[in-house]
Amino acid sequence: MVADKTQEKIILDVENLKQYFNEGQRDEVRAVDGISFQIFEGETFGLVGESGCGKSTTGRSIIRLYHPTAGKIEFDGEDVSKIKRRADMEHFRRDVQMIYQDPYASLNPRMKVRDIIAEGIDIHHLATDVDDRNQQVNDLLELVGLDRSHGTRYPHEFSGGQRQRIGIARALAMQPKFIICDEPISALDVSIQAQVVNLLMELQQKKKLTYLFIAHDLSMVKYISDRIGVMYYGKLVEVGKSEEIYNFGVHPYTESLLSAIPLPDPEHERTRRRIVYKPAVNDGAERELREISEGHFVYCSEEEVPVFQKKLADKKAQTEKVEV
Amino acid sequence: MAEMDYSKIPKEKFELIGHQDAAESEKIAAPSLTFFQDSWRRLKKNKAAVISLVILGLITLIAFGAIWLSPKDPTKQNVQFANLPPKIPGISVDGFNGTTLVRGQRVDKYEQVGVPEDVYFILGTDSLGRDLLSRIFMGTRASLIIAFVAAILDLSFGVTYGLISGMKGGRVDSIMQRILEVLSGIPNLVVMILFLTIFKPGILTIILAMAVTGWITMARIVRAQTLKIKDQEYVLAATTLGQSQISIALKHILPNISSVVIVQMMFSIPTAIFFEAFLSFIGLGLTPPNASLGMLLSEGYKLFRFLPHLMWAPAIVLSVIMICFNLLADGMRDAFDPKMKD
Repeated sequence: MVADKTQEKIILDVENLKQYFNEGQRDEVRAVDGISFQIFEGETFGLVGESGCGKSTTGRSIIRLYHPTAGKIEFDGEDVSKIKRRADMEHFRRDVQMIYQDPYASLNPRMKVRDIIAEGIDIHHLATDVDDRNQQVNDLLELVGLDRSHGTRYPHEFSGGQRQRIGIARALAMQPKFIICDEPISALDVSIQAQVVNLLMELQQKKKLTYLFIAHDLSMVKYISDRIGVMYYGKLVEVGKSEEIYNFGVHPYTESLLSAIPLPDPEHERTRRRIVYKPAVNDGAERELREISEGHFVYCSEEEVPVFQKKLADKKAQTEKVEV
Repeated sequence: MAEMDYSKIPKEKFELIGHQDAAESEKIAAPSLTFFQDSWRRLKKNKAAVISLVILGLITLIAFGAIWLSPKDPTKQNVQFANLPPKIPGISVDGFNGTTLVRGQRVDKYEQVGVPEDVYFILGTDSLGRDLLSRIFMGTRASLIIAFVAAILDLSFGVTYGLISGMKGGRVDSIMQRILEVLSGIPNLVVMILFLTIFKPGILTIILAMAVTGWITMARIVRAQTLKIKDQEYVLAATTLGQSQISIALKHILPNISSVVIVQMMFSIPTAIFFEAFLSFIGLGLTPPNASLGMLLSEGYKLFRFLPHLMWAPAIVLSVIMICFNLLADGMRDAFDPKMKD
């Protein structure tokens, strides 16, 4: 899906983003500790990692729910943290939207579905009159596969998957360019997950959307993403095309994550060994994301680059051997 | 058993049952109820709460209707007819027929002081000859007004303060909470006495005194609830949609804490009634000829051994009001609680 990188337009550029909480105090938390990545227009960037590694915080910093401690977030060539003017902020709010994790907490239980979806339309005066507003809401409901009669209902009358689709409709009402999906499927039943993911992919085609897809389920992320970033302890440890990461992840943490994915194959499951990740002891070497092959970055020191390059080559060779 | 060839079964023998198309399965059959309709439905199942609601409605209606339809003038003194026992037309039970025991003898008091045949004091009269029933109506009215106004003041101060404190958070929140703590350290009674040195005793003074300290509990509850709700994802969603802080407070937080607020208000009404009764009882409340339930009690208890009805009647009314408010508040708390779904 990703064509030549040079032709792609960078829509989001995160540079050395740091998000600390209770900074300078004893209970300081370094939720995100200096991460950098780019997202190209029209692609899906998957962000994976274990619980509490800073994935959601990254998403929330990007959408300015938090004020980043340090670093630069550029959206569409504009520094997000420097937006001061009200009109610019409104513009940014319209362009970037978020889909939330918990479909039971992300909809106000006291509002009708129609008013929930139309909230953004009302704030930004996107409708000319009441009829137009209702028309937009009905169109959105149908777009996400709900009935237009659902507009007059309250959220508690819907199932998890339906609620998540209402959340998607609310985000889409703003006609955004970029959507941050903060674990939109992890609270859903497995049978419903595919439904929501397929809807998201379908909408991406129709509306030319760009996604930042946050999840902790690597197999689902591989299915939806073009590129994947693996996060651990507030740092990005590996970034690359999803096929490459999924098949030839070289960072020890990525390997550990990959080894945890169950496959519906008893043969494979019986022999599956979980690789336990042991963080490398701090040897004082300066580590950062370094490119080991085209578009494949690993968090390592300068000296480790050849080691990882060899590891990658070995893995690729091994796979080819099996295929032959 | 011989193996069967399943492929040979003709298709017409099969009948499709239980299949629904996708649009059909998305339909919701239950009627759409708003939160308050749903709560009302649950409240109706609680008999005690419904009965309390009816009784309170009646009491309020009568107390306020008595402005125009009072049986007698509640402030008109008639010393000639002082200290009459209750006399209810058509009832000849001792204690309710205008007779009383004097030195072991049952005497018709009404005949003694020469009350005309067709004049009845259903609950008797007090030591100045005022009709007790009319005075109870008047007193109930005063008590209810004080309670409702105090509750509304609680509500407006407490909710505003709590919302601001909770929404702002951080240093503003800390300072606002310290102010609350200082205020809550001042005893109500001291505030009341201080107020009486400046203002004349009366309904307004009592309400003001209660308003000074009464809203603190409400403010704390609202703040706690606000802190809880403000991190909910729908509030975050509203923020990312570009909603302003004030709109978030009014559109998202307030409706979601309304049940807690209403319940707290329902509990604060009987507290206010009780506090007013207490103030009037110790002589810091209303001044005669005005009446409140507390005043009637304090007048009645002085003559309790000789004319017990003077205390019994207002005491019963006060108790009924208190019990009803508490039962209703209890029922409402259960009705608003979504975990009580049935």
